[in-house]
Amino acid sequence: MMELLAQISEQLQKGEDETVLELTKKALAENLSPNDILNKGLIAGMTVVGEKFRDFEIFLPDVLLSAKAMTAAVDHLKPLLIQRDLPNIGKIVIGTVQGDLHDIGKNLVGIMLKGIGVEVIDLGKDVPPEKFVDTAVKEEAGLIGMSALLTTSTPMMKKVIEILHERGLNKSIKTIVGGAPLSAAYASDLGADDYASDAADAVERVTKILEEK
Amino acid sequence: MSSFLEDIKSGKILLSDGAMGSLLMEKGLKHGECPEHLNLTQPEIPEEVARLYFDAGADVIQSNTFGASPMKLAEYGLDDKTEEINVAGVSIVKNVVGNNAYVYGSCGPSGKILQPFGDGDPDEMQRGFETQIQAMVSANVDVIFIETMTDLNEALLALKAAKSVAPDMAVVACMTYEATPKGFYTIMGNSLADCAAGLESAGADVIGSNCGNGLDKMIEIAIELKKVSHLPLVIQSNAGLPQNQDGHLVYPETPDIFAEKVTDLIDAGVSIVGGCCGTTPETIKAIRQTLDSI
Repeated sequence: MMELLAQISEQLQKGEDETVLELTKKALAENLSPNDILNKGLIAGMTVVGEKFRDFEIFLPDVLLSAKAMTAAVDHLKPLLIQRDLPNIGKIVIGTVQGDLHDIGKNLVGIMLKGIGVEVIDLGKDVPPEKFVDTAVKEEAGLIGMSALLTTSTPMMKKVIEILHERGLNKSIKTIVGGAPLSAAYASDLGADDYASDAADAVERVTKILEEK
Repeated sequence: MSSFLEDIKSGKILLSDGAMGSLLMEKGLKHGECPEHLNLTQPEIPEEVARLYFDAGADVIQSNTFGASPMKLAEYGLDDKTEEINVAGVSIVKNVVGNNAYVYGSCGPSGKILQPFGDGDPDEMQRGFETQIQAMVSANVDVIFIETMTDLNEALLALKAAKSVAPDMAVVACMTYEATPKGFYTIMGNSLADCAAGLESAGADVIGSNCGNGLDKMIEIAIELKKVSHLPLVIQSNAGLPQNQDGHLVYPETPDIFAEKVTDLIDAGVSIVGGCCGTTPETIKAIRQTLDSI
């Protein structure tokens, strides 16, 4: 049984979408729980992909192929996952903050998060602070992820956090920030709940926050 | 041969400009607005940016057309205005500089990822770049500047597009590299040597790198490129990774640092130097002083 999950993880790392889907179906036929297939097979594999990408062992095309394989398998699993089996599939609203047009990093985080089965609502770039909050409320997302490349646009992250406090939403909607100008210390100065140093780190931290929710 | 390439061949070091987006915002680009659309709606803004860099002493000034491929403009529903936006982008700079500086026709990434990794269709992408470049050529651009590319295949499509619409036009092709334990690679996994070889065989006149992680890495990139290519080189560096100073974020590489380190780039054999994110007209002015004193 565990071997099958390890195979799923391994094939996912190779980006073999058809094999991953086949193995997923096989695992279901052998009565493995969809939750285990998701967590111990697919997400476990995607985590390794994220780490290898961070360490420059692989590059973006490999990540994209693995994400594709992940999506195909998750689409197959989704109808079978009953509500209580969904702890890891949370929702996040992401975007590049107002005043900033740089979205490569943000897109990458979006791809990786989708890859591990998180529902990602991507607001694009140059996103006004209110829009982050309004969308999170409307979509009932528990987490807002903000990205910036320019030093001049990081205060907009603070603005989003302030709006959450003003509206008393800061307990129900958490924030995570990332981007070249930021550090853990600066993120905490801004009042963000968490900081991710790169895309792989973002995946790890977002998963953790969504699990805790 | 274009006089731009003749200048380079004669050993002249050309100075290009610095960051564009941050200046456009400072001068009035509104949030959520397409930066390139300003060429039509408020041409005085890109005009002022061009003038600031021209007055700072740049020899090569880019048009505000980085995201003016139809693929990118489609994100704003403006792809049907591709030609007008590119023609205006080049004309605005041309009007400011006359024949006293070269106009760099900026051509940035499409924002799409090519198949099979993404949904970008290569033929469609090449046609898109052709439309953009054709428009810039019709407005008498001096050089096509393919820049900030992270996928060699996409850069090659843009290069092919340039060569097919204007075979005699000078083309500069710039990739953005990451420093990895295995050497310099693009995020799509193209090695520096593969990029140099690919761009050269596709007919690039000048190759190099822009954006990146600061000058020290760029000097290394220039040295590496020189080892694998005999083409003239261009380096347009950003001002390093921003750092937290008493709660304010600042780019660590000041105009003074650029003024000092630009000599290392020239020693490495670079023909065109300039800035990217975090640089300003002051940076360009400082480099100008160094260049004039050599």
